[in-house]
Amino acid sequence: MKTRNILLTGIGGQGTILASKLLTIGLMAEGYDVKMSEVHGMSQREGPVLTHVRYGDKVYSPVVEKGTADVLIGFEQLEVLRNLDYLSAEGTVVMNTAQVDPIGVLSGLEKYPENIEDLVRKHAKRLVVVDASAEAEKLGTRRVMNIILLGTIVKSMGLEEIDWHKIIAENVKEDFIAVNQKALDLGMSLV
Amino acid sequence: MKHLMTGNEALARAAYEAGVHFASGYPGTPSTEILENLAQYEEVYAEWAPNEKVAYEAAFGASMAGGRSLVTMKHVGMNVAADPMFTSAYLGVNGGMVVINADEPNQYSSQNEQDNRHYSRATNIPMFEPSDSQECIDMVKAAYDLSEQYDVPVIIRTTTRVNHSKSLVTWSDRQEIPVKPYEKNIAKYLAIPAFARKMKVKLQENLQKLEAYANSCPWNVIEDNGSDMGVICSGDCYLYAKEVLGEAANYLKLGFSYPLPDQLLRQFADSVEVLYVIEEVDPIVENHLKSLGIPVIGKEIFPRNGEQLPEVIRKAMGMQSLAHPLDPESQEALISRAPTLCAGCPHRGFAYALSQRKNVMVSGDIGCYTLTGNPPFNVMNTNLCMGASISMGAGAQKVFNLNPDKKMRVVSMIGDSTFFHTGINSLIEVLYNNANTINVILDNRITAMTGQQENPGTGYSLKENPAAAIDLEALCRGLGLKNVRTINPNHLKEVNEALDWAFALDEPSVIITRWPCALKKQKAEEKQEFAGSFQDRFFVDREVCIGCKKCTKTGCPAIVYDVERNRSGIDQNKCVGCSVCAQVCPVQAIQKVEPQAKQ
Repeated sequence: MKTRNILLTGIGGQGTILASKLLTIGLMAEGYDVKMSEVHGMSQREGPVLTHVRYGDKVYSPVVEKGTADVLIGFEQLEVLRNLDYLSAEGTVVMNTAQVDPIGVLSGLEKYPENIEDLVRKHAKRLVVVDASAEAEKLGTRRVMNIILLGTIVKSMGLEEIDWHKIIAENVKEDFIAVNQKALDLGMSLV
Repeated sequence: MKHLMTGNEALARAAYEAGVHFASGYPGTPSTEILENLAQYEEVYAEWAPNEKVAYEAAFGASMAGGRSLVTMKHVGMNVAADPMFTSAYLGVNGGMVVINADEPNQYSSQNEQDNRHYSRATNIPMFEPSDSQECIDMVKAAYDLSEQYDVPVIIRTTTRVNHSKSLVTWSDRQEIPVKPYEKNIAKYLAIPAFARKMKVKLQENLQKLEAYANSCPWNVIEDNGSDMGVICSGDCYLYAKEVLGEAANYLKLGFSYPLPDQLLRQFADSVEVLYVIEEVDPIVENHLKSLGIPVIGKEIFPRNGEQLPEVIRKAMGMQSLAHPLDPESQEALISRAPTLCAGCPHRGFAYALSQRKNVMVSGDIGCYTLTGNPPFNVMNTNLCMGASISMGAGAQKVFNLNPDKKMRVVSMIGDSTFFHTGINSLIEVLYNNANTINVILDNRITAMTGQQENPGTGYSLKENPAAAIDLEALCRGLGLKNVRTINPNHLKEVNEALDWAFALDEPSVIITRWPCALKKQKAEEKQEFAGSFQDRFFVDREVCIGCKKCTKTGCPAIVYDVERNRSGIDQNKCVGCSVCAQVCPVQAIQKVEPQAKQ
């Protein structure tokens, strides 16, 4: 099997780390060779995070080559645009509507691009826009945004056969198992 | 069962399994997590040392006393550790000693991109280069055996991708290695010329034996795919090459890369028509092959800087690129996300106050405060290496003073951990040679830039046990400095008074700014000392705000300027109440949220 490539991008604190951790646990349980590489800025709050996840029979490079990502999951819009050149010609982008202003925008010196959705649509064969925060509100807690987005990865990559509910049950605190399982299902239904 | 681990987690696991007794190091990206993870194993003693030289010496002492020892550092840390490292190769070991070094091609968070494979050549210390996490485990264990067998420390050279990427590994139980007896042996451990000359002869004889090992060990492997193209590579480059070229090439993978296996290199070169060397940073293997008279393609096509990622190899070898870059419109829309000091960062108040001064050269150092070189502060003029702020400042001030107007003053700015690292000796330079510099120790009670490590000033060890907390003010006074003040950097009046006082002096001074990092998990005694810290919230009264943007000059990510309404605002989810913006506001538009209004 050809190695498959997933990229998760966002801002420190958005929960990309837990989402990618659960993803790799699921892929390992399915018997794949898995590699994951995380690139983040310095230790200050709200730095950009880019996580590479690769799986298949035998994976060599821990990083996704530009132009080969099967799916790019963006927890934040500007970071989607920044990493769009990783996407393959046939790839899917799942973009959360969240915008986190960089310091240049906050201080009024720069403008946050208004039309990221249009720009991404020009580049990507398939774009799914998700308001993960609004979807999470439906389940009563914004904290499951990352698991909703994990659900979109599962569906986009055709990984439904893996028992994600079990993986959530084994890796999430007891009180939050049910809501995270619901979040995963909800995420899968959005793609 | 397999485990998905980063290289750094695997390196720690390896040290645990190899029966290591003593581990030391100094934090530095991308090496920091090795010791942080090793500290989780109760059986292993692990510590942060004040700097890499001290860590190396402590680990060498532990080895001499008969224990298996480990020392970890980032690439530039090896420069600091180089002095003991060179001669340690002469003395050799008792218990096995392994040095884990983390290089940083593309210098994601480093001041340079030096290639530490040179250090093996300079010191004659053997080197392994793992590609993935399983190799991190296997090679560290092999390195301990090799160290004891050949009586020499061994370097494990990793790079950022090896340190920070996860791949599957298999665990083994810890091997309990008995501590070897220590015997006094001055011919072995006393590096005086008469002995050291003999030690060097032994080291060189050893090297020949190690070359035989390199030619026959399981770490240097030829992978014959029946191609007439050969690729020699090591570390992460092997993975990238394999990704791009697959079975279209034959490979010689160098897992043990110093001394190089000449016989194997010749054998491999003879078996192919075209030979490439893919290596990150410097053409070390390439130049070695050329010295053997073997024609090879290397840095004339592969870049000397950055990582040799799959897309880089593809481009260098003239293959079709897979990437489709952003269109010009998207490129233009893309704005940067520059790192900034966090909301509530104690460096903010000091940096802001300093940014208002003229005729100042700010000599900086390595830490979060290096960001004050950027807008809106534009404070820091220079940084060079750990601890250099104070000593560079001293030299610069002496030359500025040659100008008759004597207007230019130096402010040297250094963090607490960096000061303990190599700032103390620099401060001795200032005092001893009477440089009239203003030396500021930004004491945020933690090593922040590398992700919250304890240091000699925090009162806790790597294993979170209570430890001696070195008192910065007492230390400075103990050296003999007369002019020392400790201030709260969030109080701009206090900061400005301290600066006025220091600028008026014609002799050395030290200002210590003492306030915890906004990300620090405060211990009970800190919650007492810094009571109320990070609890308040501030807001902008938009009726009073005049849109002067002064508050944005504090570079705080909690300040949100509304360009359309020309008014400032504060994100209540980010503000932690340091009040610096409120002190800067000329019309008192920024006010504290009163407790009852908080709900």
